[in-house]
Amino acid sequence: MATTTVARNRRNRDRLASPVSMSVLYIMLFFTAVASAFPFYYMLVSSTYRTVDILRIPPPIWFGTAWMQNYEQLMSKDGLPYFWTSVLNSISIASFHTIAVLFFCSLAGYGFAKFRFPGRDALFAFLIATLMVPGALGLIPSFIVMRYLGWIETWYPLIIPGMANAFGIFWMRQYIESAIPNDMMDAARIDGAGEFRIYWGIVLPVITPALGALAILTFMGKWNEFQFPLLILKAQETYTLPVALSTLRSLRGTEIGVQILGSSIAIIPILIVFILASRQFMAGLTAGAVK
Amino acid sequence: MAPITFSSAEQAAQDRRTRRKEAKRNLWAYVFVSPFYVLYAVFGLFPLLYGVWLSFHQWDGISPMQWVGISNYVKLFTVDETWWKAIYNTVWLFFGATTPQLIFALILAFIINSGYVRFKDFFRAAYFMPFVASAVAVGILFSSLLGMQYGIFNYVISVSGLTPYLTAGDACVSWAIKTNSLGCAIDWLGSAFWLKPSIALVVLWQWTGYSMIIFLAGLQSINLELYEAARVDGASTRDIFFKITMPLLQGVILFQVVTSIIGAMQSFDIPVMLAGGTQSSSPGGTDQSGLTAMMQLYWSAFKYNTGSKSGFGYSSAMSFILFFIIVIFSYTYNRYNGKNQTEN
Repeated sequence: MATTTVARNRRNRDRLASPVSMSVLYIMLFFTAVASAFPFYYMLVSSTYRTVDILRIPPPIWFGTAWMQNYEQLMSKDGLPYFWTSVLNSISIASFHTIAVLFFCSLAGYGFAKFRFPGRDALFAFLIATLMVPGALGLIPSFIVMRYLGWIETWYPLIIPGMANAFGIFWMRQYIESAIPNDMMDAARIDGAGEFRIYWGIVLPVITPALGALAILTFMGKWNEFQFPLLILKAQETYTLPVALSTLRSLRGTEIGVQILGSSIAIIPILIVFILASRQFMAGLTAGAVK
Repeated sequence: MAPITFSSAEQAAQDRRTRRKEAKRNLWAYVFVSPFYVLYAVFGLFPLLYGVWLSFHQWDGISPMQWVGISNYVKLFTVDETWWKAIYNTVWLFFGATTPQLIFALILAFIINSGYVRFKDFFRAAYFMPFVASAVAVGILFSSLLGMQYGIFNYVISVSGLTPYLTAGDACVSWAIKTNSLGCAIDWLGSAFWLKPSIALVVLWQWTGYSMIIFLAGLQSINLELYEAARVDGASTRDIFFKITMPLLQGVILFQVVTSIIGAMQSFDIPVMLAGGTQSSSPGGTDQSGLTAMMQLYWSAFKYNTGSKSGFGYSSAMSFILFFIIVIFSYTYNRYNGKNQTEN
């Protein structure tokens, strides 16, 4: 199958594509790739310069030497003295949230995939419908609910509401439906295993690829989340990284290199994970679109 | 061979046993799926309904709520110019950023999937990269790239010899500004005219790869034999794109367009970072040209929460108007799209 596709592709290439149009195509594709990557490179470069050098004409395109100086300023009182606290906050919130998401979404996904309980289809349709409700509608009342619960300035609003979310459940159900043969569960039942034991001991180990993809996406989403943390977290020590960075932008006279250095610390870890696991990343995202 | 038969009493007992076992098993299934519904009831559905109730009130969040009927909506529709400016900007960004982004992504996906291209995985990953970056960090990064005196964009314009087009006699044309270092340059983030295109550019950069991945997944589910057959019949690439790819991709495109409408109408992170940071009292940049609906909603609820054209109730009314606009856009697309399909 794979070989015939390759052969067919090669045949198509040879037969239909003139060298000229192919070159144009590749130049276009290559240029777009450069445009996608260049800002990241620029980020690395400008984090090593002071503003006065970034302002130079022509702008620097190779690394400078002011990284340490920028770093010290980022940590200083005029920068973000709680910078590493913010990083730690982001890591903790994203990790707790991700672990909870993996558990609740795989559990519910298993429930939908492998049980035929009354009302299942209606419940699932409702779940999918909630995906189409814009978050804007709930923003203000959610804030009021959080305030009523005394959760302002805490991590709960960022961890708990999305623990069992429609996207994750949908994604896990799709995977479990095809990955777990019913015989496997029936055999375990005959051996007298309880339903939760079956989920924990038999289903979970088999679905680790899907869990991996969901974990990456969930972690990334939480790590980058901005609007809701901005609303909930008011004290510098509680900020997540994006919230901290957004205040850096507003501080008067902050060095450009310092701002960009801070941004690079928000971007680089996720970028590394992406480069290492780009397949899982992209596989997870397409689950909802192609049924 | 004769089928194995049970006496009817035995049969009934057997049935009861299986049913009981299955009912017990189903109980577990309800337990497994219930967390979503509990959480959604508290943090999704209740806020939604409470938001409806709120939108008929005047409330600053502290003093008692005051029932005002539909007057929030009336005010929003009749006297609140800032709100409509924000809606205009948001819709502008949908057509100026999201629409080109989707079209560009579709074309890229088509090219990459066409079978002519090598290094597919490389291009796919490269285009997708911007999506994983934090929008806040991206905003900071592009603020610098789009800087007026020094930004790479203005530098590239000046070295490509385009500066004369920005110059009018001794002065600059109306949409450019005199700088010390580069002569006439574009004030990307400082001028009311260029702010929206700048936001559009960043949106295009960050989201094209994501949309492309979705389209690509859809394309991969189309049988290659179809293309092959069309080629044999002498169809051009153009024909293939419009007569085979597009119709077969209908479902995926619909999904992507609708989720993009929902996303674009609520755009917040990038515009906030490019058009006035979180600490500013009036966001949106020069002339509030970069003020989106979501920014206005956020600020009027949580930042300048005084006066009759702000507060939780007033802003909740905004969110329902926004929802209504999303529904209209999605419905219009869906309808136009459906019509298109039957005509073909």
